[in-house]
Amino acid sequence: MRRTWWIYLIAVLGLIAVAAPFAWMFLGSFKTQGELLRVPPTWLPEAPTNQNYADLLSKANFPQYFLNSAIVAIAVTAGNLIFCSMVGYSLAKLRFRGRNALFVLVLATLMIPGVVTFVPLFVLVTNAGLANSYPGLILPFLVSPFGVFLMRQFFAGLPDDLMDAGRVDGTSELGIFARIMLPLTKPALATLGILTFLGSWNNFLWPLVIAQTEEMYTLPVALALYSTGQNAQNYGLLMAGAVVVVVPVLVIFLVFQRHVTRGIAITGLK
Amino acid sequence: MSSATLQEPAGRTRPAGPPAPRSRSRSVNRQTAAAWLLALPFVALFLAFTAGPVLGSLAMSFTDMKQRDLRTPFAVNGVGIDNYVKALSDETFRKAAFNTAYFVIVGVPLTLVAALAAAVLLDRGVKKFQSLFKVAYYLPVITSIVAIAVIWRFVLAPDSGLLNTVLSWVGIDGPNWLASKTWAMPSLIVMATWRNFGAAMIIFLAGLQGIPHTVEEAGQIDGASSWQRFRYLILPLLRPTILFTSVTTGIGYLQFFEEPLVMTQGGPLNSTISVSMYTYQQFGFGNYGLATSMSYILFVVIAVVTFIQFRLLREK
Repeated sequence: MRRTWWIYLIAVLGLIAVAAPFAWMFLGSFKTQGELLRVPPTWLPEAPTNQNYADLLSKANFPQYFLNSAIVAIAVTAGNLIFCSMVGYSLAKLRFRGRNALFVLVLATLMIPGVVTFVPLFVLVTNAGLANSYPGLILPFLVSPFGVFLMRQFFAGLPDDLMDAGRVDGTSELGIFARIMLPLTKPALATLGILTFLGSWNNFLWPLVIAQTEEMYTLPVALALYSTGQNAQNYGLLMAGAVVVVVPVLVIFLVFQRHVTRGIAITGLK
Repeated sequence: MSSATLQEPAGRTRPAGPPAPRSRSRSVNRQTAAAWLLALPFVALFLAFTAGPVLGSLAMSFTDMKQRDLRTPFAVNGVGIDNYVKALSDETFRKAAFNTAYFVIVGVPLTLVAALAAAVLLDRGVKKFQSLFKVAYYLPVITSIVAIAVIWRFVLAPDSGLLNTVLSWVGIDGPNWLASKTWAMPSLIVMATWRNFGAAMIIFLAGLQGIPHTVEEAGQIDGASSWQRFRYLILPLLRPTILFTSVTTGIGYLQFFEEPLVMTQGGPLNSTISVSMYTYQQFGFGNYGLATSMSYILFVVIAVVTFIQFRLLREK
């Protein structure tokens, strides 16, 4: 018992180290440019201002970027929920020629980095006339090997008896999938949905390549370009921009965090 | 993926379908049709947007494709291995390769040690509020690297930054971290560790919780100290978990990109430019053939490093 206090001390110090940059961002977003540059820096904003947030609306088009991020993330999440559960079910529960080959293909591509495919993908999407468009941002991410793997693992854990019962009752194979098995995977769908949404919200390289005009930027692209462009020294604007990027995922994560950690348990992957 | 996650309980892989032998082949046919119908959207999207580009990238890396060929991608000239020769003899690419190796070789062990320390701390020491700490340590993992990099630019700012302010309390005059050739890369590594240790921690926690308490009790009876119990009993049992986390962390770190792009633009004097970032720059300059050769070099290195990690850490 005597050891406990210093273990908690270390744990709390770790907590402070993790939280401090977020607190710095949040407090900084309410400071004026003058106060942000002061040495030594202030902790709490002396004269809290919402000017930085007002600038996100007037100087930069952040509502549009927010909308773009949301549209892309919602579409990508919907696609993954539908298509990954379909193929995950057939890989786990149906017998067919080519099943093993398909599964090996999924596993082999789990780790293919985006940097390997983005140049030919850019050529393909541009020639399809989809550069700088929502379909161009969304289509390449509608399915993911990770999602297939997660759904396949979950379906594999469901008993076959339910399917056999459905077959005896004369339900079609697709009906067994859609009406009997799919409703049982709600926990896995929740996990996949949240992880996909967060991944899409934070995705950077592909939107950077394919969103060519300002009105198609997603939040991370806009924030990165502002932080390296002419606004690089506008610290308050950048802090407020970071808040807008980070806070939605923090809220989603804190509300649904059990689903996220369960996903790691199901697949062993993050 | 660890082998454990792929195993299914025996009996679940048995052929599904009604037991009557006469209807079995019809059932299998129906299953095959349904299976391919269900797999069709995935297969189509996958071929178009993953498999195609992986092969396209390889093909492109042997051509002189430039931006002006964007609309006529098949009307380019083969140049053999010229792009690879050019990449490997490019001073900046070598620098980027060195930086990437630096980032991985220092960053991966640092991240895993931090993750393991946090996992042991939470698993063995922190009983109250354990899930609070777990969630908090995991938070940076789910936030955008771009946003994190923007925030850390201010944390690391020379005079008005958080870090140097804290250091000044103990009498240390911190450098201008991101503008220093010496300190820029270590700064990025510490930031990456800060952001990513939570991911490996969650996996280590699961690994630790899978080790029965009897293992430690046996060590205790034999009079092993807590360090000895950790080093000789717990650590060997965590081997598969360490393998898994080192592979996933290593693959991620080999591709580091947003951090230098946002925080240093690769500088000062290319001291933080990474292979991914340089590849992106070459793409931006319109050198598509050269960019794909660089991305393929990275791809091969990722595959080789992963293979080596499996060999080094697999169960003996």
